[in-house]
Amino acid sequence: MLKIKNYVKVESIEEAWQLNQKRTACVLGGMVWLKMGSRNVSTAIDLSGLGLDTIKETDDAFVIGCMTPLRDLELHEGLNCYTRGAMRESLRHIVGVQFRNCATAGGSIWGRYGFSDVLTMFLALDTCVELHHGGIIPLAEFVRMPKDRDILVNIIVKKTPMKTVYLSQRNTKTDFPVLTCAVSVTEDKVRAVYGARPARAMLLEDEKGILSGFSEMSEEERENVISAFAGYAAEHVPTAGNMRGSEEYRTLLVKVLTKRALKAAGGMKDED
Amino acid sequence: MKISFWLNGVKREEEVAPDTMLLEFLRSLGCSSVKRGCETANCGLCTVMLENRPVLSCSTLALRVDGKKVVTLEGIQKEAEEFGAFLAGEGAEQCGFCNPGFIMNVFAMLRELSNPTEEQIKEYLAGNLCRCSGFVGQTRSILKYLQYKKSQEEEA
Repeated sequence: MLKIKNYVKVESIEEAWQLNQKRTACVLGGMVWLKMGSRNVSTAIDLSGLGLDTIKETDDAFVIGCMTPLRDLELHEGLNCYTRGAMRESLRHIVGVQFRNCATAGGSIWGRYGFSDVLTMFLALDTCVELHHGGIIPLAEFVRMPKDRDILVNIIVKKTPMKTVYLSQRNTKTDFPVLTCAVSVTEDKVRAVYGARPARAMLLEDEKGILSGFSEMSEEERENVISAFAGYAAEHVPTAGNMRGSEEYRTLLVKVLTKRALKAAGGMKDED
Repeated sequence: MKISFWLNGVKREEEVAPDTMLLEFLRSLGCSSVKRGCETANCGLCTVMLENRPVLSCSTLALRVDGKKVVTLEGIQKEAEEFGAFLAGEGAEQCGFCNPGFIMNVFAMLRELSNPTEEQIKEYLAGNLCRCSGFVGQTRSILKYLQYKKSQEEEA
């Protein structure tokens, strides 16, 4: 059961940071995950009065406040136009509308949860996080960092031209995913991200350059490199088993979802 | 801690502990339509409107409604009764325990989508679980209710 001794609706991020230096303090996001645990919180720090619940679109980026509900990301026209609907696809399967009105972008990213559709999606984009003391760092770097007492202020998605596709496999509607997969194709690079492995999402680099020149390839050439990269992904993405699926099943899914996502990103029909 | 908020259109000032969830708080104020279901943010039984958005009261701190407007089923009795008749007409009310949260979310959907398709209805209400029925009756009741409202508008 969650127990909270003091609650402070802070007036600045610095105040939140100061309060959060105590190990038993806790910054509140949407609370949908936090409240399910058993925890004694000395000070619950509420950022909801800081106006960090909006998505600001500039010429070259989307700046997403940490308190932005997932539902706002799902419905944001600019983000969905930029990601060709992948943002909405990554969110619409998460429990229900009410849940997504509560859960926040910051809470989902800060938690670096293994099951996170949100983390998978943002890793596929050119994303940075703005930490109050840590400054602006790439999300891929943030994911590998141990949790500390800093505060996540904004999530910044640069408008790098890319085609993005998001796919997930679930045993049943609204459940946690068994595997998530997002790919993004820029002019010179392909990023593939896998989450719910069940460990936290990871970015798979195309170290062998299998997909080099993907955007300029003929359909036949693409077919071949997609199969080769799907095999490479199945070999290099570590998976494990849990109550939702076995290690073997997840590895098969890595291969299948990679193929489907790359085909969709390349504008090809999936006939498998 | 003292909070001030609007409950079903009436301004209230109440004392609340830092870790009280909105679900318990609203029930303590007599809003027994707000049901405790899974308490894991999955079933949608505890749905209430907070600033015109459907939220899970089991996962929202009561303190977070300070200065805001909360609406429970008690606050939309007339509309709920009208729609409830369609729900009952399709045999979709069953044990009734999930009905308040479900009805709240139906009205939240109708605020966002004026003429939702069956697919949109299913997607919007995916977070409302019913363990008696298979959601077919509920979907049918919404479609019939929409038809009824449309015919009423046409007549007017």
